[in-house]
Amino acid sequence: MAISEKLDQFFDAKMKEYPTKRSFLVPMLLYSQDEVGYISDEVVAHLAKKTDLTELEVRNVVSYYSMLRSRPAGKYNVQVCTNICCMLRGADELMEHCEKRLGIGHKETTPDGMFSLEEVECIGACSWAPAVQVNYDFHENLTPDAMDKVLENYRKRG
Amino acid sequence: MANLTSHPDEIRVVSQRFGKGATDLSTYLQLDGYKAVQKALAMQPDDIINEVKTSNLRGRGGAGFPTGMKWSFVPKQSDKPKYILVNGDESEPGTCKDRLILEHDPHSVIEGVIIAGLAVGAKIGYVYIRGEYRYLVDIMRQAIADAYAKGFLGKNIFGSGKDFDVYWHTGAGAYEVGEESALMESLEGKRGIPRIRPPFPAVVGLWGGPTVINNVESIAAVPHIILMGGQKFANYGPPKNGGTRLFCLSGHVNKPGVYELPLGYPLKTLIYDVGGGIPNGRKLKAVVPGGSSTFLLNAEEAESINMDFDSFAKRGEFLGSGGVVILDDQTCMVKFALRVMKFYQHESCGWCIPCREGTDWLKKTLTRFHNGGGLRKDIDNIRYLAQNMLGRTFCPLGDAAAIPTMSIVDKWRSEFEAHLEGKPCPFDPEGKISELPVLSH
Repeated sequence: MAISEKLDQFFDAKMKEYPTKRSFLVPMLLYSQDEVGYISDEVVAHLAKKTDLTELEVRNVVSYYSMLRSRPAGKYNVQVCTNICCMLRGADELMEHCEKRLGIGHKETTPDGMFSLEEVECIGACSWAPAVQVNYDFHENLTPDAMDKVLENYRKRG
Repeated sequence: MANLTSHPDEIRVVSQRFGKGATDLSTYLQLDGYKAVQKALAMQPDDIINEVKTSNLRGRGGAGFPTGMKWSFVPKQSDKPKYILVNGDESEPGTCKDRLILEHDPHSVIEGVIIAGLAVGAKIGYVYIRGEYRYLVDIMRQAIADAYAKGFLGKNIFGSGKDFDVYWHTGAGAYEVGEESALMESLEGKRGIPRIRPPFPAVVGLWGGPTVINNVESIAAVPHIILMGGQKFANYGPPKNGGTRLFCLSGHVNKPGVYELPLGYPLKTLIYDVGGGIPNGRKLKAVVPGGSSTFLLNAEEAESINMDFDSFAKRGEFLGSGGVVILDDQTCMVKFALRVMKFYQHESCGWCIPCREGTDWLKKTLTRFHNGGGLRKDIDNIRYLAQNMLGRTFCPLGDAAAIPTMSIVDKWRSEFEAHLEGKPCPFDPEGKISELPVLSH
């Protein structure tokens, strides 16, 4: 199966909270991606079947949401916010620093698959800028030095 | 996770449980939790609505629409189920307050949803939280589960004979879904394309049923209003601008943070006293008063305006979402306009042509302009393009892109002129600008 049985059962339970089958589709896509690493063809086919939609209808939804991706990211996806509040407090320099440290650019992944890098829009950390999200974890009030420590900690974790 | 800040001028209503461990249900109960809903269960629906009307609570998402009035638009009789939908898709640049409410006081949101449901006759509520806020989705899941376990949700809540269900939902990255009709589309499992109105959601909303859509902060204020009485809440702010609100101070200030202050609070005091002034001995140039979609204020305007809906409405402008962004005198306004436009271009769903084409053209023009390739006629063209997006789209994203752009051209035209004829950006003469990363997605 495209996703684990446990996740599928969780989806079945949540789908009962809505009057239509497709309603829980967006969270299902995100949680499937968390498990599989990306929205694979198998995930699309499975969720289409589950919601009585065509695969094309599911893909139309996938393409709208910026967190959903059609190929794997690194184990740690470093998302640098460069929107206004972060920009005013050094986000462009932080992005540049990450590019140099990791040797990759926007939406690229390191050859060992450990890190990927992405410039993202506002993540809701405006009063604690500049901020970065690594997968779902927030890192705030960053400087290039603090960023190095963040990256080092993830590297150690492996 | 996010740092909490404080200031003596704060009046803590919505934020009164921050940092007190109220995610834990027994702690929440010790801090007057779930008392308001029990009070509301003994009230008539119209009395609940009237209490909220009296409070002068206005939508904290940014539109500032009176919450009590919104509730009163829901028809009493309906063949289809009615719904309460909480908008926790917080993504207006500059805004980071709903995050704190969901992190520190999730039960106040659940309680607010039940009260709203009692007021309009709904039995189901959904709490939609943006996809990036996964840790808050987890907190909300736990809070909802705890409330069910205690009998505060589900069948016969608090032994009242009434049923009420609250469910959590999450997005997957989309600014536009913060707009109420796009939010409903997303909750129905679709692309977040806005719906045309009328009909308004209060009449035809989720799955065709009457739906009340409220921002997290608005709904979290409701239990406090029921407990303290609408009049007391109203009295915190000036007439027609009831209560307090969470101001998210960011940008070039010494003490950025989220502060709960009464509506009508002077922006000057917010910047120089609460925020501790501008760092590095610089001066104030501009303020984004309430998220990136609002008209920018210059220093003189910022130092004389009060932070309530009507003080801005008088100028034909908007108080917005509570996201107050401070810009110092070394900020390039052309670069700022470009970054704002890049955002809206990235987030435009493409449904309405003026927004899809307008944001793309404006991004291209501003990029060229900032790189020194601007022509004098571009300055008026930028303003003309922005003006022509206004009011011509299904949802306000087109307006949101146009408004800051128009105000920047109007108030800082000289900075556009300073970039003409291939001159380097006066604030970045080294010319690193052309290397600004461009979002490809």
